[in-house]
Amino acid sequence: MLRFILQRAIGMVVTMFFVSIMVFVIMELPPGDYADRYAFRKFSGTGVVVTEEDIESIRKQFGLDRPAWERYLTWIWGIVTRFDFGPSFAFETSVTDVIGERVGLTLVLLVATLLLTYLLSIPIGIYAAVRRQSLADYGLTVVSYLGLAIPNFMLALILLYIGVTYFDTTVGGLFSPEFEKAPWSWAKFRDLLAHLFVPAVVLAWSATALQLQTVRATMSDELHKPYVDAARARGLGEAKVILKYPARLAINPVVSTIGFDINRIFSELPIVALVLGLPELGELLLRSFLDLDMYVAGAILLMLTFVIVFMNFVSDIVLALLDPRIRLEGG
Amino acid sequence: MAEERGGLGAEELRYYTASQWQLIWWRFRRHRGALVGAWVLLVLAFMGAFAPFIAPYSGTARDRDYVYGPPQIPRFWDENGFSLRPFVYGVKTERDPVTLRKIARVDRDQRRYLRFFVEGEPYRLFGLIPMRVRLFGVEEGKIHLFGTDELGRDLFSRLMFATGTSLSIGVLGVLIAEFLALVIGGIAGYFGGWIDYGIQRLTEVVRVVPVIPLYMGLAAAFPPEWSNVQVYFAMTLVLGLVGWPTLARRVRSHLLAQRREDYVLAAELAGARPAWVIRRHLLPSFTSYIIVDVVISFPYMVLSETALSFIGLGLRPPTISWGILLQEAQNVRAIEQAPWLFIPAVFVIVAVLAFTVLGDGLRDAADPYAVSRR
Repeated sequence: MLRFILQRAIGMVVTMFFVSIMVFVIMELPPGDYADRYAFRKFSGTGVVVTEEDIESIRKQFGLDRPAWERYLTWIWGIVTRFDFGPSFAFETSVTDVIGERVGLTLVLLVATLLLTYLLSIPIGIYAAVRRQSLADYGLTVVSYLGLAIPNFMLALILLYIGVTYFDTTVGGLFSPEFEKAPWSWAKFRDLLAHLFVPAVVLAWSATALQLQTVRATMSDELHKPYVDAARARGLGEAKVILKYPARLAINPVVSTIGFDINRIFSELPIVALVLGLPELGELLLRSFLDLDMYVAGAILLMLTFVIVFMNFVSDIVLALLDPRIRLEGG
Repeated sequence: MAEERGGLGAEELRYYTASQWQLIWWRFRRHRGALVGAWVLLVLAFMGAFAPFIAPYSGTARDRDYVYGPPQIPRFWDENGFSLRPFVYGVKTERDPVTLRKIARVDRDQRRYLRFFVEGEPYRLFGLIPMRVRLFGVEEGKIHLFGTDELGRDLFSRLMFATGTSLSIGVLGVLIAEFLALVIGGIAGYFGGWIDYGIQRLTEVVRVVPVIPLYMGLAAAFPPEWSNVQVYFAMTLVLGLVGWPTLARRVRSHLLAQRREDYVLAAELAGARPAWVIRRHLLPSFTSYIIVDVVISFPYMVLSETALSFIGLGLRPPTISWGILLQEAQNVRAIEQAPWLFIPAVFVIVAVLAFTVLGDGLRDAADPYAVSRR
């Protein structure tokens, strides 16, 4: 088991290394470099004439005159050793400062979304598989089609509309205005929970639709295997038969795809954040791409991907614990 | 059965001698939902291809008399009597004396009769054939079936052009992704070993980064001075570049299973080179899978394009796509004042649903182990 964990941990580091190279390439892609944009941002409209030499000196100051691989190494070294993701010119401070609180809020949103997804999809999926052709089963089919077809931003707009016209509330944002700048307290936390509901529903929408199908499909396959009959033949109650044997296996594919779910949720984050006005990483990512504030964008891309890679690692281990077959094969 | 050959009835004989494609077609035909999906998509594709003919106006023409106007529904009768030829009411834009905002006022006494095959502004069909005839129009003034936006542009016309753009970008994106997937997945699956390992790692790296943020990063790199045509093709390239890993994985696993088959060994013993074996023997063995893969991944392409253009990182106006149209419906105010701006969303939803149903039907039909006959 220890060897298995170590093996997966090394795989995680290797993947992150390649991801970091890809992120760095993306950061370098836009035309012009940091010095151009920095000079433009700082001096445009001030009447100061910026010469080629000025830009050259800014370039030196940030070490942009050095070759790409050297800059990559400095960048990655700063992240690994000092947790320093470089400067953000749009906010004129370090990336770490800009990202700060948003990381926590994003993770809270992620956890809320995942909880909602699994609390809905696992029980309903199992129920639909056991009661084939029932109302839940048909409803599930419709929902899973709509889960893909209705884009999340549409759903966000619909909920926004309902909120405004029927309940006279704004569903945007993560806090009420009076709590925006307030220090953390029990009341603020409750306020956050109330605001989390709509974004979590929107983000959980398509992930739930897919997981429902997965759970139902696995469950239907397992229900007719001999070991279920065997358990029944030994006189176990129906509820116990289902919950103890096939249901346990139906959870495995959910655990193994948690990385994909997070990938999907992060993927939708920027768009939903734009519509609902959420102060989290997705919104900042979108803004920094539009501003070409590439150090911020790179840092966020790297963080989001790290969460996914890490959760893949965790899900591998949890799966090995849940399912002895994998443990034996993986060695 | 009247005629018996080797103990088989005519029906059964027909079944056993049918080609692979015939079997697929028979199975597909029974899938009613998939057939409906296919028809819906044909209609959408037709709309997109013949957009300048179906749309009464160009995508950028403004109607100063009808700004932010609701949809005009053609009718046959009203309190002034019945007419066999459908008509819409005349409109006039006036300023509200209090708020000074422009509002379109409907004049119920003025009828504009709908006519078919009217002469309109000149245009080029498929960018080639110069034409003037449009599918429909009114004699005086203008008709706006789906209403107008804040600049007085006809939403129906714009939607026709957008359908063409969004579908074609999806098609090109899928083709590029599938081509990359076939080449990369093919190499990995055929050679195996360390080549396979390296490609697998690469695939995993692209797959693990969240998709839309990755798209955003690549789209942000488009220089602002690029023309709309350049952005359009760059978008298809980006969609293809991000979309291939999922497809490549499936190609690889198919190949891994197939290359151990005897017929591959036979070809190799006969002295066929790898490229030949892949192209002539292995690829045809799962053409149907490839088609299904393409259809299934198509909605993701369309949705990605829509999402990217929606947030302002994809196509740029004056290009018209579903995402660009939905940009105007981004906030609550738009929903309250002009709910018809959401009609493009209905098109997106219908297109994605149609593709999903069609993909499901094709997948069932293409499965050679399906028990169902005909």
